Amino acid sequence: MSESTTPAGLLIDRVSKDLAGRTIVDDMQLEVRAGELTCLLGPSGCGKTTTLRMVGGFLQPDAGAILIDGVDVSRLAPEKRPTAMVFQNYALWPHMSVFKNVSFGLRLRRLPRREIRDRVEQVLELVGLTHHMNSFPAQISGGEQQRVALARALVLEPKVLLLDEPLSNLDAKLRVRVREDIREIQQRVGITTVFVTHDQDEALSISDRIAVMSGGRVEQYADPTTLYREPATHFVASFVGAMNFYTGTVADGAVEIAGGVRVPCEGARRNGGAPVEIGVRPEDVMVSTAGDGAEAHVLREIPRGHYKELVMQLGEAEVRAFVGPEVSTSERQRVRFARAVVYAEGVLRPSTEPAPLR
Amino acid sequence: MSVVEQAAVLPAARPRPRPTARSVALRSLGVVFVLALLVFMVGPILWLALRAFSNVWPYPRFLPSDWTMKWWHSVFADKSLGHSIKLSFEFAPVVTVASAVICLPAAYAFSRFNFPGRRFLLVSLFATNAFPKIGLYISMAGVFYTFNLMGTFLGVVIVQLIGTVVFMTWIPTAAFSSIPRSLEEAARDAGAGPLRVFFRITFPLAAPGIFVAMILSFLASFDEAQGTFLVGIPNYITMPTEMYTLVLNYPEQAAAVFSILLAIPSVILMSLARKHVMGGRLAEGFQIR
Ligand SMILES: Nc1ncnc2c1ncn2[C@@H]1O[C@H](COP(=O)(O)OP(=O)(O)OP(=O)(O)O)[C@@H](O)[C@H]1O
Ligand SMILES: [Mg+2]
Repeated sequence: MSESTTPAGLLIDRVSKDLAGRTIVDDMQLEVRAGELTCLLGPSGCGKTTTLRMVGGFLQPDAGAILIDGVDVSRLAPEKRPTAMVFQNYALWPHMSVFKNVSFGLRLRRLPRREIRDRVEQVLELVGLTHHMNSFPAQISGGEQQRVALARALVLEPKVLLLDEPLSNLDAKLRVRVREDIREIQQRVGITTVFVTHDQDEALSISDRIAVMSGGRVEQYADPTTLYREPATHFVASFVGAMNFYTGTVADGAVEIAGGVRVPCEGARRNGGAPVEIGVRPEDVMVSTAGDGAEAHVLREIPRGHYKELVMQLGEAEVRAFVGPEVSTSERQRVRFARAVVYAEGVLRPSTEPAPLR
Repeated sequence: MSVVEQAAVLPAARPRPRPTARSVALRSLGVVFVLALLVFMVGPILWLALRAFSNVWPYPRFLPSDWTMKWWHSVFADKSLGHSIKLSFEFAPVVTVASAVICLPAAYAFSRFNFPGRRFLLVSLFATNAFPKIGLYISMAGVFYTFNLMGTFLGVVIVQLIGTVVFMTWIPTAAFSSIPRSLEEAARDAGAGPLRVFFRITFPLAAPGIFVAMILSFLASFDEAQGTFLVGIPNYITMPTEMYTLVLNYPEQAAAVFSILLAIPSVILMSLARKHVMGGRLAEGFQIR
């Protein structure tokens, strides 16, 4: 795609890092296109922060290189890199006003006073904080501090913006609002961005592409829809979104799971008949009181507001289904799968035909 | 008034539970303790103040029977006393600055780098204060004789430095450590080199702690008597060492006057330190993690 002509906005090229004798980042390869927002998503301790800190220049990679716009920056100190980082704890300087915080980098560059003032005002307007220009960090709310941190990074007009779990200190409501703000600003400015999070919801809702990390490696790098519909590995499937997992075999038009229960499944194609891992999203579990579905009985019913979660016994296994609140829940149900993903040895078995429509 | 409002008012109007004998006893015990503390802390100072203005104070009387300013006159008239006051105000700043120059880089290293022996070094700083000072000073005197430091300005500065290194290292170390590294990293990120980061970010943020350490060092040097006496005599007699002679040569009222003079800088500097540490915006800022 873009590889041949324009260089990537950011290229993490086979980077490894050992800390305290443990390999934290392991031969990692990641390409972020110019103007793209990529999320690094993964469980705690998988090396997200370590990766980001290597891009920012706070850690030196043991192997590999980091390229920004095709230029190797691996050996540059943080102050020499065209990156700007928004820290998890914001890291605002408490002894400086908002204006001083945001203008710090510009003042270092010895820009004319007028220009500094204009640029700071512009960026504060972008994040909606002009009225707090002269406040001190301790006097503004967490969400506002967060936006000051973002403004402080943006005002430097970096080539790459790095955000390390920038929303983890905010409450749930604010988190949703600020992440939309960030996405909106990022798209408006068109800045290459790496966003670290362990919140899959956050990643799915703002990314152009998501890199799911595990144990210092990228398990899958894809756009949110692909990642959700076709998780490349068992790990990704269980980490992103909810998923029912069964060991069983696949037949034509049905899957057979533990206890010999045969569940009708659209698009299922027999493949050798060897035991595999079968994953079904709860929203792909169809329930009805009649029909040819496998018999199941309801164990629990969890109201989720705009939908209901049913926990059912299906042979020896449990199955979770998301159903509309209007579905009547008699104790006995018949279950079909609208779609299933199949893993042989932890890796997605490519389906021979395009994913069926629901 | 609506029913709801009434309900809200009622509990507050209910009488407080009757104090039990137990709680009364506890409360009065508390009062006794506070009074005792007051007597022990304020008592001597009050007594000193009265003493400094008294001529005759016969034993059973509550207040002196005859008041006078003559002790103040005689203290201010004495040339050597005036000289010692001047000397004290020369040593204290020199020692404080020297101590800062030596200890602050060490404090920064202690807080930011993890090197072998770090904990041991930090704790061993206390050793200088753990042993009886006079023993340490006497063994130092031997070394000072060999290097011709006895009776010299430098010798006195060195001996006074010993009492300041603990404050000057521990407090700034704590101050530096309380500054999240991310604050420094954010400044690097914005384009500042390591030196600039130190002077623009780290130092201003640690300043309250450093300031307090300097005040405590100043006072430690100002009040230091034993070592200064041993090393400085006969060339350098500071206020605290002068006290020794004073107690021997003058009536005790003059010593009272001198004690009050000696206490003035302490009181001023201490209240300054308190104000600076407790009331600052900086203290608030540290809570941002
Ligand atoms: N300076 C260090 N020395 C030794 N080990 C470290 C160091 N920094 C991080 N680690 C280890 O590296 C691993 C990955 O850390 P990292 O901070 O990159 O994780 P993360 O993916 O950002 O996790 P989280 O979501 O919890 O922030 C952790 O197991 C951590 O203990
Ligand atoms: Mg992290």
